[in-house]
Amino acid sequence: MIELRNLSKNFVTADGPVDALKHINLTINNGDIYGIIGMSGAGKSTLVRCINMLERPTDGTVLLDGKDLSTLRGRELREMRRKVTMIFQGFNLLMQRTCLQNIMLPLRFAHKAGPEAEKRAMELLEIVGLPDKANSYPAQLSGGQQQRIAIARALATQPDVLLCDEATSALDPKTTHSILELIRDINAKLGITVIVITHQMSVVQEICNRVAILENGTVVEEGTVSEVFSNPRANATRNLVYPDMADGASILPDGGQHVRVIFNGAVASKKPLLAQMALDIGICASIIGASTRSVGDRAYGYLMLEIPGTPQDLARAVTYLSSTPDVTVQVEAEYAAKEGTV
Amino acid sequence: MNFANAFTPERLQEAWNCLLTEFPFAIWETLYSTLLATLLAIVIGLPLGIILVTGEQKGIRPLPRWLMSFLNIFINLLRSVPFIILMVMVIPLTRVIVGTSVGTLASVVPLTVAAFPFIARLVESSLREVNPNIIETAQSMGASPFQIVMHALLPESVPSLITNFTLAITTIMGYTAMSGAVGGGGLGKLALAYGYQRYRYAVLYLAVIVLVILTQIMQSFGTWLARKCDKRLKNK
Repeated sequence: MIELRNLSKNFVTADGPVDALKHINLTINNGDIYGIIGMSGAGKSTLVRCINMLERPTDGTVLLDGKDLSTLRGRELREMRRKVTMIFQGFNLLMQRTCLQNIMLPLRFAHKAGPEAEKRAMELLEIVGLPDKANSYPAQLSGGQQQRIAIARALATQPDVLLCDEATSALDPKTTHSILELIRDINAKLGITVIVITHQMSVVQEICNRVAILENGTVVEEGTVSEVFSNPRANATRNLVYPDMADGASILPDGGQHVRVIFNGAVASKKPLLAQMALDIGICASIIGASTRSVGDRAYGYLMLEIPGTPQDLARAVTYLSSTPDVTVQVEAEYAAKEGTV
Repeated sequence: MNFANAFTPERLQEAWNCLLTEFPFAIWETLYSTLLATLLAIVIGLPLGIILVTGEQKGIRPLPRWLMSFLNIFINLLRSVPFIILMVMVIPLTRVIVGTSVGTLASVVPLTVAAFPFIARLVESSLREVNPNIIETAQSMGASPFQIVMHALLPESVPSLITNFTLAITTIMGYTAMSGAVGGGGLGKLALAYGYQRYRYAVLYLAVIVLVILTQIMQSFGTWLARKCDKRLKNK
């Protein structure tokens, strides 16, 4: 289990001090694939580097199974890093060394070079599906293959935790998918806890079970992926979940009464919700915007509606819509003030 | 200078004889002092260049600020003394090490003193070319500073180091010619003492031509080797 307790990190730059991370509290359980998502500059990379002490936190602690990592120095620190390994956006393989030599590198650092290390490296090449690339050089491989070699290298020292820093951001969607599958396999088969740093919603959606949303160095939302994505509460989350309507409120025409209907796994397809509302209570809502995703026969996402009529009509519409299972309704006037479920 | 007299058939015949009798040994002396001086300069300059990179405040093994300032100033000082003057200045040191200040072996001392700061700077620039992410990655794998240097920094910069060492070798070969002025042997001495001072200009030009050919050979070999070692290049 990894616990971040009140973690803060300040940098002193030419333009003055910068608070990269502010009082982060997170708990990552063993076996999780934990997503940390945010726009660039949100502090994701700094956060992940604080976990293996590539960056020293200014304040707060990082506990790995109860042990405070920020107190480690020298040999102890290096031994910890063999158990908390990392893959990167740029793969970062040694370009002048073969794939096999690259994979054996962490073992060499652990003074375990030799036939045994070579055997282990060959096994890892099998695991990542590139057994024939042992003597190839990274430049001869595609990006996806290079990341597979980097994953094999990260697994060489039999880590407990794998940190993925934008590991698929340099890859095309199809390759991204196959790398994510590999990471999920590793998590399932080897029981390695995975922390995924990304700015891509799709990555979190595909493999993570829990997610934290980072904005300006603070965690603005945290929970299971379905919880957070079906009903994003913080603005930053909405921006990530509905990038096409980055700021829901801003596209609304002036005046009018607007509500956001959020589908949180509602079995919506069987019932024409808006048509039914028009029939049942005589309110003809018009759709201003929508973004939904179907997972199985369930709907996740939202509809932005304009409700004509008086405030009483609005209240009736809200009551009506809210009575549907797994649907939440937010009046946009309150959304503009950030939070509030009616 | 009387060039008309310098290239008469007799003079050319004389130069040809000189090429057959004097040149082989002069070429050997040039190569030997160049290679020995380069080797010794690398032995001193390579670790120094590594320290210049790793010992910085933001390096992988920061050293005290005063020490880094001292090293930088020391290297700049040596680099700014013209070689012809440096040769004279290190004569006492040469006497201590070799026992004499005259001869080809003795000329290796000033050559090394002149070359090692140069090599240190070249190594420094080669190592700075290495992708900093590689260093971070090595750190994330639990590498000690020494291991990062040995297994990441140096292997990754091999092609660049070869290119720079080639540059060093050709420069040092130029210096060996100058060392002919203060008692060093080789093609430089031949050109100066035989060609210039005794007005045998054909010999002088011949010595220059041989130096040019040697430089070309070394440069071509170095370029070829650097390319051959670089695994970033595809389709080889």
